[in-house]
Amino acid sequence: MTREIEKASGVPVVQIATIVPIMLTVGANRIVPGVAIPHPVGNPALGPEGDKEVRRELIRRAFKAMTTEIDTQTIFEKE
Amino acid sequence: MRLELHKVHISGLKFGAKTQVEKGVLCVNKDEAAALVAEDKRFASVNFDIACPGDKTRIIPVKDAVEPRVKLDGKGYFPGFCAKMGKVGEGKTLVLDGAAVITCGPIVAFQEGFIDMSGPAAPYTPFSATFNLVLNVEPVKDLEKHQYETALREAGLKLGVYLAKSCAANGTEADEVQVFEKGDTFEEAKKYPDLPKVAYVCMNITQGLLHDTYLYGADLRPSLPTLLHPNEVLDGAMVSGNCVSACDKNTTWHHVHNPIVQALYSRHGKDINFLGVIPTQESTVLDGKIRAAQMNLSIAQQLGADGVIVSEEGYGNPDTDLCLNAKYFEQAGIKAVLVSDESAGTDGASQSLADATPELTGFISTGNVNEMIEVPAMDKVIGHPEAIALLSGGAEESLRPDGSMYVELQSIIASTAEIGFNKLGCEWI
Amino acid sequence: MTFKVVHYINQFYAGIGGEEKADWKPEVREGVVGPGMQLAKLLGEDAKIVATVICGDGYYGEHTDEARAACLEMIGKYKPDLFIAGPAFNAGRYGFACGDISASVGAKFGIHTVTAMYPENPGVELYHKKTYIVVTPDSARGMGKALPAMAALALKLVKGEKMGPARLEGYISRGMRKSFFNEKSGAERAAEMLLAKLKGEPFRTEYEMPVFNKIPPAPAVKDLKHATIALVSSGGVVPVGNPDHIRVSSAESYGTYDISKLDAMTPETFQSVHGGYDRTFVNENPNVVVPLDVMREFEKQGVFGKLYPYFNTTTGTGTAVAFAEKFGREIGAKLKKDGVDAVIFTST
Repeated sequence: MTREIEKASGVPVVQIATIVPIMLTVGANRIVPGVAIPHPVGNPALGPEGDKEVRRELIRRAFKAMTTEIDTQTIFEKE
Repeated sequence: MRLELHKVHISGLKFGAKTQVEKGVLCVNKDEAAALVAEDKRFASVNFDIACPGDKTRIIPVKDAVEPRVKLDGKGYFPGFCAKMGKVGEGKTLVLDGAAVITCGPIVAFQEGFIDMSGPAAPYTPFSATFNLVLNVEPVKDLEKHQYETALREAGLKLGVYLAKSCAANGTEADEVQVFEKGDTFEEAKKYPDLPKVAYVCMNITQGLLHDTYLYGADLRPSLPTLLHPNEVLDGAMVSGNCVSACDKNTTWHHVHNPIVQALYSRHGKDINFLGVIPTQESTVLDGKIRAAQMNLSIAQQLGADGVIVSEEGYGNPDTDLCLNAKYFEQAGIKAVLVSDESAGTDGASQSLADATPELTGFISTGNVNEMIEVPAMDKVIGHPEAIALLSGGAEESLRPDGSMYVELQSIIASTAEIGFNKLGCEWI
Repeated sequence: MTFKVVHYINQFYAGIGGEEKADWKPEVREGVVGPGMQLAKLLGEDAKIVATVICGDGYYGEHTDEARAACLEMIGKYKPDLFIAGPAFNAGRYGFACGDISASVGAKFGIHTVTAMYPENPGVELYHKKTYIVVTPDSARGMGKALPAMAALALKLVKGEKMGPARLEGYISRGMRKSFFNEKSGAERAAEMLLAKLKGEPFRTEYEMPVFNKIPPAPAVKDLKHATIALVSSGGVVPVGNPDHIRVSSAESYGTYDISKLDAMTPETFQSVHGGYDRTFVNENPNVVVPLDVMREFEKQGVFGKLYPYFNTTTGTGTAVAFAEKFGREIGAKLKKDGVDAVIFTST
């Protein structure tokens, strides 16, 4: 789905998901590894503020991914 | 090297006063055999049973199958185990062709399997067609698992050699001699300069308890890929210490019969120049997988291989090794055919391999391990019928009170063995 | 016993008319119509076509739910043992209708269904797993080949006869593997395949590698401060009550919802219906799957320009590749039209 959205729209799609190898296999180009399958963009175990902070960090990484020129599938890990 | 397999055709099996072959019937002195196995104090009890083709008998859980063999020059068999360290693949070997030692005992891990001597499961294993002497042991209380596995593995080998040795000593003569003769790679290349050079990469499970394979007595797991003359494989250099999942087990019996070695050997000098066998690892770490694949390629390249057959052992993570081998060989210009089974789910709708690579263009399937089979109750069960609850391919509800079972092919010994012995394969439906 | 068969055809094969009659509503006629006559002869004594359901290809495509429901009701009345649709050859809407009605009949009545089309017909990708699609040539000139093949397969199925692989039985694989015994051992087959490969001769691999298409990455966003970003998710997050009935698994639709007035996802407004993961976390705080709260924060802070007012969502478990690709294409086209500069796609 990610791949088709990117193809049809021509704009970067950043995929935030946990099972990175599958993202690579199915062709997502900009990948941000998610936290866990049931909560890819958060961590409720850290409490409401902790969870939100995790989410902010992931979205900042997503912004970095969408503004970075790449020529091949790239995983944007935590720095 | 010239290897002569002196085959005695076995057409029956019974207990008798002397261990010898009488008109094709293998007679076994039970007490003598038991005493031999009982030398190993790790066994609390040693029992024997007989299972012949067509019997309504089930053997469960099975650890290994061994063909009774011995070198006729008195050197024993299986160097590192029942023979002093030395090279094999030459001279005369006595083979009780059609007989097998089957080792059985309480479950070690969860990947042993079963053999049905008749009924719907019988066509899926070669051992429904062999005359089986079943060694059924009880380990001493609290025997550590690795010790138990080792003890039983060694006992099976010992028993196989004892049977062949006694028969030889008691005057048993061969019905047929099969010869395997081939020089080294350079001699053969001079003889057949125009024939394509083919190597066989034999992948072996090398991943721990009940997942190990032995070459000249050395555990292949910490080893590196190497090169063998095919005669060495056909003459007992390799011993199986595993039940990857029963369906995928290349038993010790399978190794001495290695059908891919035989298929390539029969074409040597005619269609191909068969270079040799590269036994290799299936590591549990990515570096190990890459290392093995690159070394497999390296050895094949040094020999000038034009093509390879690669057989897997197991499924799941070893599928990555399979794909790496395909990729490296094809990218280096060496044509590859890979032999593996499929784990396509009970409905056959799941992806067959855990990994994929576009270079894997020549695939031979040995069947879907998850396919379900209905097997009837047997009149006789040797071993522990309840073990099916714990075997891969079985479950608690597999065994019904009446003794019938509904299980995956996975739980039948060697049903999908990727060494290519069976005729099973898969198709799209 | 004679098996009862219902046949489905379109307005053209029923002799009603061509494209101008494509909006023909479903109707049922006793006995055979059009190609059903020859089909009945080929089915012989063992099976009888008791009725033929006819529907316009245009009507089925544009009013699929109504068409399907009406046809199912008509078919159900006959209590058939077997259902046959088409052949559709390469006609896309007809293939879609045949595939859809065959799949639906099979699912609802639990009987065998057979249809037939050319392998590139779009109906194949959508329905080959749910019905038996006999392979036909690409045009009606292939009728003489298609009907006997359909009849033969249909009879085999309804009689419960042993079936071989799809390629030998003449239908498009339903995507499943089955074990069969070969003439030769795996080892012998391997040696033969290698010889063919070495000689450059054709050979048939026993399993083809799955293919995943890759596309070149889209160019990066140059001006994040003024960019419009859209949120899309396959985590099954939908408005509470799932008003558009998106499926918990094997989704065949996606939803588009207005989030322009929301500052965050809340359990009062959104829930997850995804059947493939533990929904405890997302149902307490849907922002852990759809990060609306943080996106609004960053939007207010001016980190990026604007959050696209619509949120597109579906369930990503068991989704047929064909549907996933369809959703992707449609969503992508809409986002492009609306000037979206980047997408954040979250999946579970």
